[in-house]
Amino acid sequence: MTLRGRDLISVRDLSREEIEELLASARKMIPYAEGTKAMHPLANKIVAMAFFEPSTRTRLSFESAVERLGGTCVTIADASVTSMRKGESLHDTIRMLSSYADAIVIRHPSEGSARLAARASDRPVVNAGDGAGQHPTQTLLDLATMHEAFGTLSGLKVVLLGDLKFGRTVHSLAQALALFGCEVVLSSPPSLALPDQARRRLRQSGARVTDEEDVRRAMKDADVLYVTRIQKERFGDLAEYEKVAGSYRIDAALLQDAKPRLIVMHPLPRAGEIAPDVDGTPHAAYFRQSFLAVPVRMALLDAILGGPRRGAG
Amino acid sequence: MRELKITPIKNGTVIDHISNGLALEVLRILGVQTIDKDSTVSVALHVRSGKLGWKDIVKVENMELSPRKSNAIALIAPTATISIIRDFKVREKRPVDLPERIVGVLRCPNPNCITNQPEPVESEFEVTQRRPTVLTCAYCDREVEDFLHHLA
Ligand SMILES: Nc1ncnc2c1ncn2[C@@H]1O[C@H](COP(=O)(O)OP(=O)(O)O)[C@@H](O)[C@H]1O
Ligand SMILES: [Zn+2]
Repeated sequence: MTLRGRDLISVRDLSREEIEELLASARKMIPYAEGTKAMHPLANKIVAMAFFEPSTRTRLSFESAVERLGGTCVTIADASVTSMRKGESLHDTIRMLSSYADAIVIRHPSEGSARLAARASDRPVVNAGDGAGQHPTQTLLDLATMHEAFGTLSGLKVVLLGDLKFGRTVHSLAQALALFGCEVVLSSPPSLALPDQARRRLRQSGARVTDEEDVRRAMKDADVLYVTRIQKERFGDLAEYEKVAGSYRIDAALLQDAKPRLIVMHPLPRAGEIAPDVDGTPHAAYFRQSFLAVPVRMALLDAILGGPRRGAG
Repeated sequence: MRELKITPIKNGTVIDHISNGLALEVLRILGVQTIDKDSTVSVALHVRSGKLGWKDIVKVENMELSPRKSNAIALIAPTATISIIRDFKVREKRPVDLPERIVGVLRCPNPNCITNQPEPVESEFEVTQRRPTVLTCAYCDREVEDFLHHLA
């Protein structure tokens, strides 16, 4: 694979072929992620987790991925305990870290921080979320979930639902879906619509994009319903929030009209967007989606850092 | 017809064909205070021009433009031409030219961009579209169109 030694800052850094290879590799990683088989392509490798913002699931899944591949982690779990407090720049902190580790995984509240880190480091850098910016491994695991369910990505009809304005996962997901010729339906209240820049880029990349505010109509013939969190903090008025959140709530009754094979996805944690009665239906894919976080991150770290493959994998 | 609305200069730079009304912004980019204290800066506003209808002209004695300043001028006044005057004659004349990357000239409009924090890096934009120009922050991916408001 051509990813060896490379950074992953934005999903746009990857070609369609590279994404396909990563998804195929992630599939093979599943038994290793579950611990039923063992491999050590990251033996003697140290991966630094530079988390300048609280995160549990992303950090833990990266740490598990490293350990499952036989590597070791060093972790900055909270910016307040690091030199950042003493006024050291991110640039200098990363510079220092890159001399202690073979690769750096970074989560930081400012947009562009991961790009800066990649320039400061002479080791590969993986973006694990930069503010409202990119979160490429989230996008990869979203794609892996769809790929696993349908055996392909091309031609899928995907509804992106809820907060398309601030939800950081949807912009890069939409971009990646465009790369695979998916049909993207945007379904959100006008106040949370996809920003113009993201919309323009989607069109430029040749995506078929439509808008449908009404959830029921948006869902018609859809293969994937990707639900995002609608955050209370985005609304000045609580009544307005209740109204919007209420009209984007997915429950089992609503799904009766859906295609039998439709999958419902959500980056989790959910806050009432998906009723618990969906969990027991064959539509629920969000727990599988969060399970795939580890094998997908394993596939990526292996591609960037892994040693030569011994035997069949 | 040779018409010089302002006193000829012996050596220096003439920035001509600036879109009408933007001469003062060009001066801001040049940084008038940094210009050699014995030099004259002359500005002609609202001058008749065949091509543009009306244009502005800025002339600075004893100064040759740095590439960075020339890039910044290209951003806000893409029609401008730059003439280098030596010994009263135009020795070199070129349109301003927008490079593929603009470093340090603009501030990123995204307040949460890492380049707006105290980091030892300069802002950097990629020209992602020409005519009209659209720049994209090389760090946070935000696009800028109203350059005048984001000059560093
Ligand atoms: N010695 C000089 N001092 C000041 N300005 C000059 C001098 N020579 C030429 N210019 C100005 O430089 C610009 C370019 O000169 P030129 O190529 O002769 O004119 P134009 O672009 O109008 O065909 C014009 O604005 C002209 O007025
Ligand atoms: Zn920026």
